[in-house]
Amino acid sequence: WTFLTGVSVTMHACTHTHTLTRTHAPHTHTHCSYGLFSSSQTFDKILIANRGEIACRVIKTCKKMGIQTVAVHSDVDSNVHVKMADEAVCVGPAPTSKSYLNMDAIMDAIRLTGAQAVHPGYGFLSENKDFAKRLAAVGVTFIGPDTHAIQAMGDKIESKLIAKAAKVNTIPGFDGVVKTAEDAVKIAQQIGYPVMIKASAGGGGKGMRIAWNDEETREGFRFSSQEAASSFGDDRLLIEKYIDNPRHIEIQVLADKHGNVLWLNERECSIQRRNQKVVEEAPSMFLDADTRRVMGEQAVQLAKAVKYSSAGTVEFLVDSKKNFYFLEMNTRLQVEHPVTECITGLDLVEQMIRIAKGYQLQQKQEDIPINGWAIESRVYAEDPFKSFGLPSIGRLSQYQEPLKLSHVRVDSGIEEGSDINIYYDPMISKLVTYGATRAEALARMEDALDNYVIRGVTHNIPLLREIITHPRFVSGDISTNFLPEVYPEGFKGHHLDEDRCRELLASAAALHVTSQLYSHKILGTQSDLMLCYRVSSAPMDQNNWELCVELGQELHDIEISKSGNSYIFMNGLCLSLQVKVDGGQVEVCGDWNLASPLLPLTINGTCRMLQCLSKESSGNIVLQYMGTLFKVRVLSKLTAKLNSYMPEKVSEDTSSILRSPMPGTVVAMSVKPGDTVADGQEICVIEAMKMQNSLTAVKQAKVKSVHCQPGETVGEGDLLVELE
Amino acid sequence: PFCALTRPLSAIACLLQTNIQSDCRWYSVSHLSVKERIEKKRKAAQMGGGQKRIDAQHQRGKLTARERVELLLDPESFVETDMFVEHRCSDFGMEQDANKFPGDSVVTGRGRINGRLVYVFSQDFTVFGGSLSGAHAQKICKIMDQALTVGAPVIGLNDSGGARIQEGVESLAGYADIFLVHPSDLPHHGSLCILTHLMLCLQDTSYLFITGPDVVKSVTNEDVTQEELGGAKTHTAVSGVAHRAFENDVEALLYLRDFFNFLPLSNQDPAPIRECQDPSDRLVKSLDTVVPFESTKAYDMLDIIHAVLDEGDFFEIMPTYAKNIVVGFARMNGRTVGIVGNQPKVASGCLDINSSVKGARFVRFCDAFNIPIITFVDVPGFLPGTAQEYGGIIRHGAKLLFAFAEATVPKITIITRKAYGGAYDVMSSKHLRGDMNYAWPTAEVAVMGAKGAVQIIFRGKENQAEAEAEYVEKFANPFPAAVRGFVDDIIEPATTRKRICRDLEVLASKKQVNPWKKHANIPL
Repeated sequence: WTFLTGVSVTMHACTHTHTLTRTHAPHTHTHCSYGLFSSSQTFDKILIANRGEIACRVIKTCKKMGIQTVAVHSDVDSNVHVKMADEAVCVGPAPTSKSYLNMDAIMDAIRLTGAQAVHPGYGFLSENKDFAKRLAAVGVTFIGPDTHAIQAMGDKIESKLIAKAAKVNTIPGFDGVVKTAEDAVKIAQQIGYPVMIKASAGGGGKGMRIAWNDEETREGFRFSSQEAASSFGDDRLLIEKYIDNPRHIEIQVLADKHGNVLWLNERECSIQRRNQKVVEEAPSMFLDADTRRVMGEQAVQLAKAVKYSSAGTVEFLVDSKKNFYFLEMNTRLQVEHPVTECITGLDLVEQMIRIAKGYQLQQKQEDIPINGWAIESRVYAEDPFKSFGLPSIGRLSQYQEPLKLSHVRVDSGIEEGSDINIYYDPMISKLVTYGATRAEALARMEDALDNYVIRGVTHNIPLLREIITHPRFVSGDISTNFLPEVYPEGFKGHHLDEDRCRELLASAAALHVTSQLYSHKILGTQSDLMLCYRVSSAPMDQNNWELCVELGQELHDIEISKSGNSYIFMNGLCLSLQVKVDGGQVEVCGDWNLASPLLPLTINGTCRMLQCLSKESSGNIVLQYMGTLFKVRVLSKLTAKLNSYMPEKVSEDTSSILRSPMPGTVVAMSVKPGDTVADGQEICVIEAMKMQNSLTAVKQAKVKSVHCQPGETVGEGDLLVELE
Repeated sequence: PFCALTRPLSAIACLLQTNIQSDCRWYSVSHLSVKERIEKKRKAAQMGGGQKRIDAQHQRGKLTARERVELLLDPESFVETDMFVEHRCSDFGMEQDANKFPGDSVVTGRGRINGRLVYVFSQDFTVFGGSLSGAHAQKICKIMDQALTVGAPVIGLNDSGGARIQEGVESLAGYADIFLVHPSDLPHHGSLCILTHLMLCLQDTSYLFITGPDVVKSVTNEDVTQEELGGAKTHTAVSGVAHRAFENDVEALLYLRDFFNFLPLSNQDPAPIRECQDPSDRLVKSLDTVVPFESTKAYDMLDIIHAVLDEGDFFEIMPTYAKNIVVGFARMNGRTVGIVGNQPKVASGCLDINSSVKGARFVRFCDAFNIPIITFVDVPGFLPGTAQEYGGIIRHGAKLLFAFAEATVPKITIITRKAYGGAYDVMSSKHLRGDMNYAWPTAEVAVMGAKGAVQIIFRGKENQAEAEAEYVEKFANPFPAAVRGFVDDIIEPATTRKRICRDLEVLASKKQVNPWKKHANIPL
């Protein structure tokens, strides 16, 4: 098997050959699955009807297989995938409906470039049967299943019926289309609350709501049908029993056009927010070999029932007693496919291309291993402190993937300087780590997250790091309700215990001292050092500092002294400092390079990777520690004393103004000046990245003024409504 | 060697005192009395206007003169002068002992900031509201004269109600003295004084005006508050009098310490070089995508500036005034540089009266203090309109042109996108003796935008779209300038930092002398 480091999409990994890739494998491989592809000719040129990381991912494999690639892009989207591909065609303006979903333009691009096959990636046209049909009509191969399977599985109602017939366990519910909100209420009452309302054509958590009572059903119906209409152009909804506290476990299947179907083990995707996956892993800690086999076999039965070919995923909900229910089948490559690739050693994209060309599967079911453990974290440009993640936009002013670490794979479609905008999914990358055991993979994930440098957009690394180190997650005690259960008050960042707090304070103080020393480093040309720059060297001999560090509302007294008198400038200042914090002693050693965003320190003998986000003359320092950002202010003792005379800054009263929590478009404004709103009443709805977010009042008040209108684009922090 | 503070000194004096007392009690009475008086005066000087007034100062959220000095300078580096000076006024009861304060209403001396020499005066609001007496003015002039002879800067921390009214004309003479020192130190030993070169002020507590709100009301019948008339916001955003505002004393002084490190000690010293940990050959990949495809779309010039500089450390001057031009200090491979950049995010980055004056003043500052200038150009032209023409845009725009042309420090220019018309000339172009002028592949050096140009050339004719495409093809790229040698090279944006650092190394020995004249005649 192979750990697919070579598939990482950053540019410097591009030239990895297959053999090179394999040198990263820490264990001997048990079989060779793709030694044959070089002799089996597939396509000369493939068009990838997608963008971002998945387009890059597909191009990667095409390059390995010697296939020419064509990228399509909108006019604002010239990211990495465009640069990686051999050819690129612009298919329209920024909105996806006019570019990546624009079938006419994409058909033109195919004609123009002479591509023989199309890989649709995920999302967009990947499960669009009309697109597959149009391709077939012009003799271009769709790298995916037949239109029949797409149609059968794409419709949640039909798929459930087929699954039932194929003897796959299914969830009790209503197997028809719900027409009106009142219909929905009636059906919900019949099934019994809680119920799940979801778009028939849906996927990816869009157009999905849970309702616990009649009123929520009505509201859910309204939102879901709106979202479904805007995301899929199809507002049909269905309702089923909502299984409380389930796990989300899915089986990857691979089927060729000759009736051979394999199951490639499971992926555990229970960590979700708003029904969107955040952390995935393979295998699952929860499944025993028997359950796994039964689930795998049922997945194969379903695939066979629809004469499935290509890679597909059968999603199950698994309750605490290991009863599992069929949820849906995704007839495409999944976002989280890398974890399966890691533990099985298969390149799923390569398999899809081979299958599309008509080749038979080369593996037998008994050839499919579970080697080690793989974990994937979805790194998003979003603010995890707002309902576990509201989209944020911006320009990646600094961006470094942690690729220097071993056993790390990063699938991304962006680079330093890229823009994350409101038009597309805010995913930055998929960070995958691998280990012989789960503990090893988790430890590597922790390291990788600490070493990941992202500047310019707010990102969810604080949340990811908390999840993967949380005792419940580590022990495997998870469900799809993990986030709301663990953080009932919402995510608040890492909570520092006494030792960690001391470490943070010591690091910040040491950073301050280092930069003070650095400020004295005014150089002269050889001869005129003293004459022209006239620097007195006296303060450089300072060995002790008395500081005061402010963290939150608290002030901490700190004494620092140099331990050992040797410090050298190389790439930075090598300095070891003894720090006395609140009576405790901390030793901080480091190679202090103030130009680097990463701050590798040894604190009391333990290696810690901190990041410095900003350091101002005023003593304010922002450090990333344990994944979370902490604002501290380091002042000398004297300065701190004098600072206590400074007046406090009065902050704005936020209860009477409503600002947009994210960039997006105003789709509905429910109030007008003079209206009285109740606490919790909806004021307006903002759509961002295809998600509708209802903004509510936090107190009862009269509306003073309204500053935006439906259809208007607003930025994060823009004033929407003022209350009295 | 001169680092002994007043406090340790007095401690020694105390020791001496007790020894002498026990040993030679009988004849040293008068001697002891002098010691005692010295001690007493020193103590009194430390207390300024007394504990009550110090507390009042603190309650206003302000620090005392001495606290400010202590915060500004390296620990234990302050050497005070004229602690015993007292005012000489004898009118209105001022001669009484209770109205005499050792040191009067200003603290003066020298010290070090990050090891570098600086002279400092700090007005003491606790003594007669920091008002300026003859003695006060004399103290300031003394350190200024000294700073002049050794070539060191002066930092003034002003907190004063104005002239001391009891003294009448003497205090006004003091003002004249101070202002006489100031201009004379500019061309020669260039001291840095907040009053003359850079002015920093504080939000909510700094007020600066020629006449206060009451006088304004009685003369022009305008209703205006202190803050509106001469507050920090007014002077940093509207009038352009102040260069930067800070939240409070502590913040301002901490920033001032860091800022000081950018500047040479005098106009005869080279700009300082600090040890640099940021690799000079660092490729800045993000610059390759910073300029948007559509030439009408804005981007933030600060993204470019921050990405290119050492550690992204940029001390912006006048950040809230004439925001269509960005100016400030930074380092490249450790060398201090002045940055000038058009800001496409604000008014498309066009030049208008305010931005021209802001830029010109900054360029001249850099030239006066041997600081190389790096200019980032994305300018669509001068702002049209009657307001600008009546305001004298021709005269003010010429200031910026004059400043760049006159500057003899190393000048490096990078055209990131638009460089149209006269504004292109003004922005440190090759024609103004730019040393190294670069264009990014996105650069468009032309007389004006394609659309406007075609409308003039083909007025009233059809096929304008075609002509526009032709114009774009011909001029909306760096080639027309490059083939004529108006830019020295077309460079990949990612290599910008590397190129600048390398050029600065070479240009460090640049020597250029302007023809002799009594002084240049900038179009004021």
